[in-house]
Amino acid sequence: MIVGERRARVAEIPTASMADIAFLLLIFFLVTTTIDSDKGIALTLPAMGEDFQVKSQMITNILINDAGQVLIDDAAVGQGQVREAVSQIVQQSPLDEKGNPRQIFSILTGKATRYGIFIDVLDQVKQAGATKISIAEPRE
Amino acid sequence: MKIAKKSELHVSIPTSSMPDIVFMLIIFFMVSSVFKQYDGLPVKVPSAVVTKKMEQGKRDICYVWADRKSRVMIEDQLVTPQVISEIVYPKLVENPRLVIALKVDQEGEMNVVNDIQVALRNASALRIVYATRFK
Repeated sequence: MIVGERRARVAEIPTASMADIAFLLLIFFLVTTTIDSDKGIALTLPAMGEDFQVKSQMITNILINDAGQVLIDDAAVGQGQVREAVSQIVQQSPLDEKGNPRQIFSILTGKATRYGIFIDVLDQVKQAGATKISIAEPRE
Repeated sequence: MKIAKKSELHVSIPTSSMPDIVFMLIIFFMVSSVFKQYDGLPVKVPSAVVTKKMEQGKRDICYVWADRKSRVMIEDQLVTPQVISEIVYPKLVENPRLVIALKVDQEGEMNVVNDIQVALRNASALRIVYATRFK
């Protein structure tokens, strides 16, 4: 009996769609990767020695003590109600030539006040539409 | 005279190696891309509604870190807040568009923030940004 020569079996994986798969992967990663960008609340500090006198009625003092309790013009305000209180003052404030409220909001914190609370209050003051915000140096 | 028929020209770019090229590219970028992980202190910045994206490029931003233990870091070195003005001033002279990004932990104390701000004012670096997250 003659044993037939074994036929070499050719097994092939189709590679025609490989490029498509690679492109899909590439596009998937291109779309899904997010590059962490910087964000925050911008502020311009006053230059050293740039102190000037303002009429006291033009300033609203916002005090935050070490425990995070907020006082706006000597009236206690809950930490969540700062926005309403400030927006009321903003609405009554006369406007300057640019149409921004003239009222100055001075935020004064204690030395041990948590930064998170300060940012929360600053955030609410900005939300209420105040444009002139000053940050006073904390005192004991 | 019989002019020989012009042979048809078949022009084709071989595309069989296209996947190899694409894979090479993808592997190159996967290997060479470095994600800047973290070059300061471990801080959790507070969140705020008025958070805005900074329009400055990375090279116009100088980071100052302060964590909840009141440690302050700038340019990969732990410093006292007063030293910041000495570090920031030459940078500001070199690049007047410099903006200082304060990455302060939400549990940090205002005392430290103020010391940093005083140092920045001393260096006339007046444009600052409190780094926050979107709320």
